[in-house]
Amino acid sequence: MSKSVVIVGASMGGLRAAEALRNNGFDGQIAVIGEEVHAPYNRPPLSKEVLAKEVTHEAVAFKLRAQVEDVIWNLGDPATSVDLEKQVVTTASGKTFEYDGLVIASGLRPRVLDLPNGKVSGRHTVRTLDDAIGLRAALVPGAQVVVAGAGFIGCEVAATARGLGCAVTNVAIDSYPMIRPLGELLAAELQRRHESKGVNFRLQRGIKDLTGTDSLSGVILDDGDFLEATVLVEAISSHCNVEWLANTNLDISNGVLTDSALRAVTTEGQSVDGVYVVGDLARFANPLFDDEARRIEHWNIPTETGKRVGAALSAYLAEADHFAELAAQTFTPLPTFWSDQYEMKIQGFGMPGLADRYELVDGELSDELVMAYFRNDVLIGVVGIGMTAEVMKYRKQLLGT
Amino acid sequence: MITIDVDMDKCQHYGQCVFEAPDIFKLNDNDKLEFVATADDSRRSDVESAVDVCPMQAISIVE
Ligand SMILES: Cc1cc2nc3c(=O)[nH]c(=O)nc-3n(C[C@H](O)[C@H](O)[C@H](O)COP(=O)(O)OP(=O)(O)OC[C@H]3O[C@@H](n4cnc5c(N)ncnc54)[C@H](O)[C@@H]3O)c2cc1C
Ligand code: SF4
Repeated sequence: MSKSVVIVGASMGGLRAAEALRNNGFDGQIAVIGEEVHAPYNRPPLSKEVLAKEVTHEAVAFKLRAQVEDVIWNLGDPATSVDLEKQVVTTASGKTFEYDGLVIASGLRPRVLDLPNGKVSGRHTVRTLDDAIGLRAALVPGAQVVVAGAGFIGCEVAATARGLGCAVTNVAIDSYPMIRPLGELLAAELQRRHESKGVNFRLQRGIKDLTGTDSLSGVILDDGDFLEATVLVEAISSHCNVEWLANTNLDISNGVLTDSALRAVTTEGQSVDGVYVVGDLARFANPLFDDEARRIEHWNIPTETGKRVGAALSAYLAEADHFAELAAQTFTPLPTFWSDQYEMKIQGFGMPGLADRYELVDGELSDELVMAYFRNDVLIGVVGIGMTAEVMKYRKQLLGT
Repeated sequence: MITIDVDMDKCQHYGQCVFEAPDIFKLNDNDKLEFVATADDSRRSDVESAVDVCPMQAISIVE
């Protein structure tokens, strides 16, 4: 009988894994189980240009290739549990899906603040298309917007909301926006650029409570300050969608731990045959940097991990001779990220957040620039604003080519 | 032959596509994307990789 694969999570990672299974010759059944009702779509525009215009599924949907035409999509019906012994996934509606190969692709969801008066309307997150549609409707000119969190997504939403004519205050516990990946020098400069566009910052501050009876009227900070607000966007951090794996022995302490083939690993450190992880959830060691397993929440990772899983899992299911060799190969994807804020095109490679030193290596701090990041004097990351050709030279160096 | 289309309203000239198929996509001296609109069928897999890595999802293969 022909074999079957179940993919849990109908987003970029799940889609790329399905495509790669087909590209590597797997011709058994593929079923994709998704919590959202939408077919896979691209998330980055949800905080950027699509949020500034009109948010529709069509504007962000991934084109479905011919290879995945016969995939079974079970959408709007999340997986609630899996039995790794019996190899069966159960969904919220009570359906069961048996598998020979399982791909864990359920990603993240935003963490929201736990506040005493938290039930008011006007609170938003930005992860899904439905989130973005809701937020877009609230970002009317003159709206008083508080963005909690000054990471990339928080800063992108702040920039987009300014562009739409909202009054924007960014509240964050960090000392500068985006400081963790970028370091103080560049982060302080980006704060200056945001301020010149009219964003107010309340840094090293938390949110203690909200005011308003039915709808939000304001935000109380932990230093007692009060900000009038009609919209609160929470972009503080994320939770891993691993609840459906709770009854397994997989290591789900932070995402799902994997080996270098991206097979899920148990709390005892054993790789589980036929069970793979892709995208934001996969916690793997990357020998480009060191041997510490990390999750990487960048857009190129679903594609890189999806391709690797497609190759490994199809070889495993075909009981191919080259599987052992394939599984033992090192996996060294170069983390790649970008961010659009106002007219700035920020582009980064590697893991600048791990650096102990950085240096402005090209351009001007107040203009287009290239920043190189080092750990123990070894180049570990590069970030550019504009200057694509110069950034690419450092990218090459990071890859050791 | 395959026909390649880049939606220039979407393209932000990030140049990710260049790594996947340098014979088809390149950034010119002004850091703007230039591309060859047709390619041999044998280039399909690399062009599909370029489609995958484009942050703006601006590239398509016209079927
Ligand atoms: C607003 C926004 C902007 C971003 N911008 C950038 C950017 O500019 N650059 C960059 O590099 N990265 C960016 N990212 C990150 C990038 O989008 C993610 O890395 C990528 O989406 C991860 O894909 P994934 O498939 O692993 O997970 P996800 O896209 O999170 O997909 C997981 C899917 O699984 C579903 N699911 C969850 N639980 C279950 C269950 N039990 N059963 C079935 N389905 C389930 C979820 O509903 C979801 O659809 C951004 C992310 C967001 C949200
Ligand atoms: S990767 Fe996409 S956005 Fe970047 S240059 Fe190529 S087509 Fe344009």
